[in-house]
Amino acid sequence: MTRKDDMNDSIKPMIEIRDVIKKFGTFTALHGITADIREGEFFSLLGPSGCGKTTLLRAIAGFEPPTSGTVAIAGKDMAGIPANRRPTNMVFQSYAIFPHLNVEENVGYGLKTRKMPKAEIAREVAEVLSLVDMKNYGKRKAHELSGGQRQRVALARALVMRPKVILLDEPLSALDKKLRDQMQMELRSLQRSIGITFILVTHDQEEALIMSDRIAVMFDGQIEQLDTPEGLYRHPVNKRVASFIGVMNFLPARVTALSDTHLTLGIAALGEAQVPRDRLGKDVNPDKIDTIGVRPEMLTVLFDQDERSQNKVKGEVVDTEYYGDMTYYEVRLPGHDKPLTISMRNTAGRSVVAPGSTVSVGWGIESIVVFGE
Amino acid sequence: MKWISVKWLTVYAVVYMIFLYAPVILLPLFAFNTSTIIAFPLSGFTTEWFVGLWYTDTLHTALGNSMIVGVTTALVSTLLGAFAARASARFAFPGKTGIVGLIMLPLVLPEIIVAVALLVMLNQLGMPLSLWTVVGGHVLICTPFSIAILSSAYRGLDRELEEASFDLGESRWGTFRRVTLPLVLPGVISSLLITFTISLDEFIIAFFLTGTDVTLPVYIWSQLRFPAKLPSVMALGTILLAVSVLLLILAEALRRRSAARQGVDTTLAGV
Ligand SMILES: Nc1ncnc2c1ncn2[C@@H]1O[C@H](COP(=O)(O)OP(=O)(O)OP(=O)(O)O)[C@@H](O)[C@H]1O
Ligand SMILES: [Mg+2]
Repeated sequence: MTRKDDMNDSIKPMIEIRDVIKKFGTFTALHGITADIREGEFFSLLGPSGCGKTTLLRAIAGFEPPTSGTVAIAGKDMAGIPANRRPTNMVFQSYAIFPHLNVEENVGYGLKTRKMPKAEIAREVAEVLSLVDMKNYGKRKAHELSGGQRQRVALARALVMRPKVILLDEPLSALDKKLRDQMQMELRSLQRSIGITFILVTHDQEEALIMSDRIAVMFDGQIEQLDTPEGLYRHPVNKRVASFIGVMNFLPARVTALSDTHLTLGIAALGEAQVPRDRLGKDVNPDKIDTIGVRPEMLTVLFDQDERSQNKVKGEVVDTEYYGDMTYYEVRLPGHDKPLTISMRNTAGRSVVAPGSTVSVGWGIESIVVFGE
Repeated sequence: MKWISVKWLTVYAVVYMIFLYAPVILLPLFAFNTSTIIAFPLSGFTTEWFVGLWYTDTLHTALGNSMIVGVTTALVSTLLGAFAARASARFAFPGKTGIVGLIMLPLVLPEIIVAVALLVMLNQLGMPLSLWTVVGGHVLICTPFSIAILSSAYRGLDRELEEASFDLGESRWGTFRRVTLPLVLPGVISSLLITFTISLDEFIIAFFLTGTDVTLPVYIWSQLRFPAKLPSVMALGTILLAVSVLLLILAEALRRRSAARQGVDTTLAGV
């Protein structure tokens, strides 16, 4: 399998994280993290609460020196270099807008530490405030700003420093859904236009998929998979990653026959399937295969006897969820208790099948992800 | 039913206020009265007693002593309070609740017990009594107030604010000067004012622990033995009362302003 990012591998990484271990007393928060983050990349750290995302971000920022291992930024080892001398700036989860200063003073705060002349600071601040669409709010105090505006000020305060890397710790989690969607797009396009490396911490897989060039999925202080959004969605390396990113139906499966090019799987409810060997992930050992996964949109409810599908099975609709453009069906197949989730686009002339109906479910070999532990 | 209870509550409140403040109002009343006998009816208006204070040298010495004790106490207890408040707001350590509780204990101990205990201890140690032993006693009872005030100031100070400053390239000292201090300053000033006021008004510890140098309340007490001096004691008490009330109002106003600045609860319950 070729990945589209292979061609970039020759570029020198902006951040090199090597075997970073972080212990708090007897508790190990990071178990040997190794990753490269490229220049100009929008990189996300994604994982459930408590998996160590913030700890890793703070190790890069210089707030939590690693117990062992190294972090290098722009080719320079950061060991012993405190946060105030690193080429990184942070957007805090609470935004940390200085409450006693107005917006302009907040944004100019870092430039003042650089002993920049007042006029120059004013010019830079005005420029970055118009970049984040806040130029009319310069004299306001933090408590006179909305959540979205605070977020912009926090971002402007980091951007104005022209750091090599901007670190964002769940910057959108305090915003309501609508504003969050809007800020996701803004943040993404801003990052594209200025080209600074962004590292975003989030526990929202949708947010990570939408915004990132690459995502590191973390569990329990380890990176489980580091890939592009598409790579993660299509080829999750294990069940944990697969169920964390999007929705995945799991079915028990085992190998019934092996040839040089193919293996034959016996899948619960779906039946036999021939899978080319090169479709297996490199970590998957054919002897250990016990499960397959299939995404809701890779299954189809066949409305019409003529609809073509490689394979079909009959099942009973137990529940439907109507979303306007989409309908989610819960369909129970004989031989498997847990109903499968199937998403269907509500195209013209297609009505929603009522619960209790018997339907045919179509599926294809190419949509199947094979797991073994 | 409801009307009656509201009415009785009002009566209760009014009676309560009268008992609480009537004696306090008598103080300025007799301070401006011409007679040396403290009794109604009032005989006439005079400022003679206040003018007399101006020429009483022993009073000036006592005032000087009180200032030394008050200012030193305010500075020391606020400094100790700042350290304790910061430690308790920022760090977790074993036995924290117990230790903080012990430090706050003098707040509820009867002062006479603190005073006697300190006196016994100083005697055992063979330390001579002086203004400095009074300062020691006052610091002991003032520090809890300082901690309470500064804890609320520090609690409102989000740790990420200091980190943000450091992250933006500022040094630790610069961060303290540009972020920490401006945000806790109203709390610090409020602590200085309150601890100074407590020390200025405190009698029992000052009485037990001072040697030959008397503070203002001890001076007032010594004057009470001479009936002729009563009106001037009343005058002095009036001034002391006015100054104390003024300082406390100022302190509370500052504390509220700092809380409002950090956008937190402004009632005393927040302490
Ligand atoms: N200063 C600390 N002392 C002790 N344990 C800590 C400290 N900081 C973090 N931890 C622990 O390390 C683990 C990882 O914490 P971290 O804050 O990195 O998680 P996270 O992935 O950012 O989670 P969330 O999504 O909830 O923010 C947690 O179990 C946390 O309790
Ligand atoms: Mg976190």
